[in-house]
Amino acid sequence: MTQAATFIAKASSTEGEFHPPSIEEFFPNPIFFEGTIFAITRINLIQMLATVVLIIVFLIGTRRMRMVPSRFQSVIEMGLDFVRVNIAHDLLGRKDGNRFLPILTTFFFMILFMNMTGVIPFLNIAGTSVIAVPLLLALVSYFTFIYAGLKKSPSNFFKNSLMPSGLPWVLYILIIPLEFLSTFIIRPITLTLRLLMNMIVGHLMLVLFFSATQFFVVTLGGWWTLLGAGTLAFGFVFTLFEILVAFLQAYVFTILTAVYIQLAVAEEH
Amino acid sequence: MDATTVLAELTGSIATVGYGLAAIGPAIGVGIVVGKTIEGVARQPELAGRLQVLMFIGIAFTEALAFIGIATGFIFGY
Repeated sequence: MTQAATFIAKASSTEGEFHPPSIEEFFPNPIFFEGTIFAITRINLIQMLATVVLIIVFLIGTRRMRMVPSRFQSVIEMGLDFVRVNIAHDLLGRKDGNRFLPILTTFFFMILFMNMTGVIPFLNIAGTSVIAVPLLLALVSYFTFIYAGLKKSPSNFFKNSLMPSGLPWVLYILIIPLEFLSTFIIRPITLTLRLLMNMIVGHLMLVLFFSATQFFVVTLGGWWTLLGAGTLAFGFVFTLFEILVAFLQAYVFTILTAVYIQLAVAEEH
Repeated sequence: MDATTVLAELTGSIATVGYGLAAIGPAIGVGIVVGKTIEGVARQPELAGRLQVLMFIGIAFTEALAFIGIATGFIFGY
């Protein structure tokens, strides 16, 4: 309920006609250090908060570990085990999986915690909904899989990623530029856009539903309230959906990084 | 404008139509990916875990096109 309440309180400050959400929501005014390159906006504060919460959760969860875990410790273990077994070991095998486990775990939990702020009341915007965070993560992922491939065997890496075997040589004139484009240019762009757009669209949808509720109930009133009840219900359903998306995007980003590393270290296709 | 030369007039941002068009392909694609995964699990339930991972990878690749559709709307629509 508080989720809706904050949206409604925010929207009701402007009376009159309906204000649809716009992309401006993601460029709020700076709070501290305005005018410098270190300008800190509301979204930056939320990112810091998510980071601090993540660190505290893991510090508390792993401080006094026991053979028979407490309830909190077993939740943390379940999360870590999910990344280790279902993502790293499953796709990369035990040896390479353990090598790249730290980066995969970091990706998963950082994205998960920053996405979750999108549905937490009073925060209401995902830390990953400004391009800096997804872009940084995508670049880290990009350099990681290139590093993995180059470390294993540079010739094999470029042969596997640029020249799929079993084609007549004439086709390579066409295939090599295409494969180069898809492997080295499109991959980081899609990694960035997938996460960013999911979070932007999720936020816009929630704002749309809750500000429509405010418009129908507070501004119009009367029979329109019935329609407001409908948009409120949809708002709640989409809040639940956003929790699923937050988890799913963290999972997809991590698993795609693992797949890219797997393709880079593969012996032969 | 003259009514004899203009068949239909559109006001506002036409970029908003772009996403609707861009969503058609990925929607069909995601449908096929999920449908085939369900079919595969029905045939071989013991492979459910493995197929689910592949399904999410497939969805992620297909879905990326829809998100590029949203992004171009924002980039070129203003």
